[in-house]
Formats: sequence, structure tokens, C-alpha cells
Amino acid sequence: MSAGVPDVVLVEAGGTNIGSLRYALQRLGVDAELSSDAARIRAATHVILPGVGAAAPGMRRLRDAGLVEILRGLRQPVLGVCLGMQLLFEHSAEGDTPCLGLLPGRVGLLAGDHQVRIPHMGWNALTIVRDDPLLAGLPQAAYAYFVHGYAAAPGACTLASTTHGVAFSAVVRQGNVCGMQFHPERSAMVGARLLQNFLGL
Amino acid sequence: MLTRRIIPCLDVRAGRVVKGVRFRDHIDMGDIVELARRYRDAGADELVFYDITASPEGRVTDVGWVERVARELDIPFCVAGGIRGVEQARAVLHAGADKISVNSPALQRPALIDELAAAFGVQCVVVGIDSLRDADGEWRVRVNSGDPTRSQALPRRTLDWIVEAQQRGAGEIVLNCMGSDGVRTGYDIEQLQAARALCRVPLVASGGAGACAHFIEVFRAADVDAALAASVFHAGNIAIPELKQALATAGIEVRP
Repeated sequence: MSAGVPDVVLVEAGGTNIGSLRYALQRLGVDAELSSDAARIRAATHVILPGVGAAAPGMRRLRDAGLVEILRGLRQPVLGVCLGMQLLFEHSAEGDTPCLGLLPGRVGLLAGDHQVRIPHMGWNALTIVRDDPLLAGLPQAAYAYFVHGYAAAPGACTLASTTHGVAFSAVVRQGNVCGMQFHPERSAMVGARLLQNFLGL
Repeated sequence: MLTRRIIPCLDVRAGRVVKGVRFRDHIDMGDIVELARRYRDAGADELVFYDITASPEGRVTDVGWVERVARELDIPFCVAGGIRGVEQARAVLHAGADKISVNSPALQRPALIDELAAAFGVQCVVVGIDSLRDADGEWRVRVNSGDPTRSQALPRRTLDWIVEAQQRGAGEIVLNCMGSDGVRTGYDIEQLQAARALCRVPLVASGGAGACAHFIEVFRAADVDAALAASVFHAGNIAIPELKQALATAGIEVRP
């Protein structure tokens, strides 16, 4: 690896949006490797945990691949995307699933009603809660593309929140552990900027 | 606040974008990736690629172009056409589509919706419905409406199917009101309002857009989450930046 060029690994544990994330990184000039190999993941400068689907099968796949303790032990920047972000918390109400516990807090079901349709699907505004290099250069009205039915309540690690019925965490960070509830790979220039910021951590 | 979505729909045939008049006489519109890029740059919130020949011909969409689109596009896109099973859906999603939409195959075998939702989560599963009002005043679903020689009316009421599709795991409903499709006189507000009353998941209006005022009307009167259109965008009658400006001026939240 040459100095300055991030060596990114996408954790391959059966998520379906892994190709889209890989292409988004390629558009930023970074060729990420898909891997479920512990040594390869440990050696990366940046690790991304994608994920589409449900929490319980998501955690099961990580356990089956022997990656739970590996992910817990990482010290380089780690980014969870969508379900990948939810798995970073202590617990998800989806399937009553114990998660990785890298971030404090729990993931709950978004409550829908006739006005608040679930799944939360579409472009919604990010409200910056706390300045951080991960959010550098975001425009005033930054919109990101969300598709999800579960979310983490705002907490100590929340950098940006979004409201759909209630406010929830849209971007989180605690030390090396980052998460985005939306899909940066499908969030146009805003998403590209956020991924670029992550690669700069 | 969640914004309302504008979704151009691109009809795909043999790997090219085509335009049909009443589902016949298809004219080549150009390369899929090039058109996708043009709509993205214009501010489309999402794209739907509808393989118009797949379902009637009983074959699944070729995923090569799906991957080409996924590499290029940084907004979400949905692929519709001929998906009859979990493995076909998986191929399309692995190629990079964000959602898959099922229509005729779900009517022929409704458990398909349950299987797709179990495999990929409801957020990936869109159920498209082609609906037409019959002489008795009821809206009923149609199958294989992409091919006039094989299109068929079913006894199933559209509103019943909207309820069942959600129970089975649809994460979004696209209601194509065939009576107003292609005539550009406005969305079918009455039918969309009836659907809205039964729809707890996002509802996408389809069929009838001809002017910016029609979009304003469908968001206001039918409270849909997104509006889909094809010909008015392809023919250049409506430019998306102007449409979004008109919606914002009317007080409808859109992504700038």
C-alpha cells in the first residue's frame, strides 16, 4: 500500500448492496476488496460493514464467518452502512438480536402511522448535531437516501439526525467506529462527500 | 422531513431504452447508462427500469446492464420485469439494483412476495399493480399488460390486492392506473386516494402525468410518496429541475 491511499476492505458477509458500495468507492478512485478473511480485514486501513436485510441473519452471518471478535477488536476506522450501522449497537429489536456492542444504545422499530409510512424510504434531510471531520463540507440542506424500518435513537455518539415521525441517528461516530443509516452509495454528491470524509479519517 | 420523490421510468428492451405508444411500435431512445446519467444529473430522485418484454416472454431480465447502471449511478434504482423467484431477484440485487419490482408473477403466485420479503427484507420488495376500472365501477388488476396480445383481466379487485400485497411483505406499492396511462390528462386521483387509504407503506402514483400541475395535484390530493412518469420526461415536455421548482413553490417538500 502506498502512503496516503486507503486500503479499504468491504466485509463480505452476504449483504446484497456490497456491489453498489464498491462501485461508489471506485468512483472515488478507491478499489476496495471484498473479504471475510480475518487477517485481510485486520490489515486494512479502513473497514466497511455493509448490510441489507434483517439483523438476526446479519449477525448470524458474521458469527458463522468468525468475524464478531475480529470486528470488535479493530482500531482503524470502521463504517457501518444501513443494517451494518445497526449491527454496531448493543442490541436490535429486529428479531430481538444482540449486536456487536461497539456503540452504546439500542436499535428499535420506527413507529408508523397513516402519515409516517414504514419503511422510511426516500430522501430526507440530515440535521447536524455535532461537528466532526466525518461531516466536513456538507451543504446546509444535505439530503440522503434512506431505506429502513429500524433505527437508533439519538444518543451520545450521534453526529447527525433525521426525522421521520421521530428523530433518529443518521450519522454516528465514537472514536474509530462510524455509522450511516442511509445509503451513501446512493445519496448523490452528499453520499460521495461523506464516503470521502470517512476515507480521510 | 422526508421529501416527495420524482421517478422517471425507463422502458428497457434488449438492453436499450425504448419508447412505445400504447405498448406498441417501440422506438429506440438510446443507451441505458447514458439516459440514466442524464436523469440523475437533472435531479431525478430514483429511477425505475422496466424490462417490458421480460414478463410476457417468461424470461428474466439480463443482469449485465443492471451492473453497468449500478457502477455509474449514485441515486437508487429499481428493476422491474420478469422476476419470478428468489434466485432471479438475487441476481438483479447482486448486480447492484436497490429494489426489485414484481407485477404479473406476483399475481400468478402471490407467495412470491412473501419469499422475496423473507430473503431480502421488505425494503427491497416493490409490488407493481396495473389497474383498470371495469364497467361495474370496480378497479381490477391486469396481468401481462406489457403485451397487448397477452394482457388479461383478473377477477381480483385492485384494493384487495393492495391490502394482501402489504400483508405478504410489499415494502412499496406502485399503482399504475391504466385508464389514465399515456394520455397525459393527469393522475387518477380518485383511485390513488382509495389506494392511499389502505396503504401503510410508501405509495407511488403512475399513469397520466402531462404537466407540472398534475404532480402538484397528486401529491396534494392523493398524498402519494412518489410520482412516476415516463413519456413526459422522455419527450422533454417536463424538465425535472423546473418540475421540482414548481413543487417547492407549491409548498411540497422536494430534494433541491
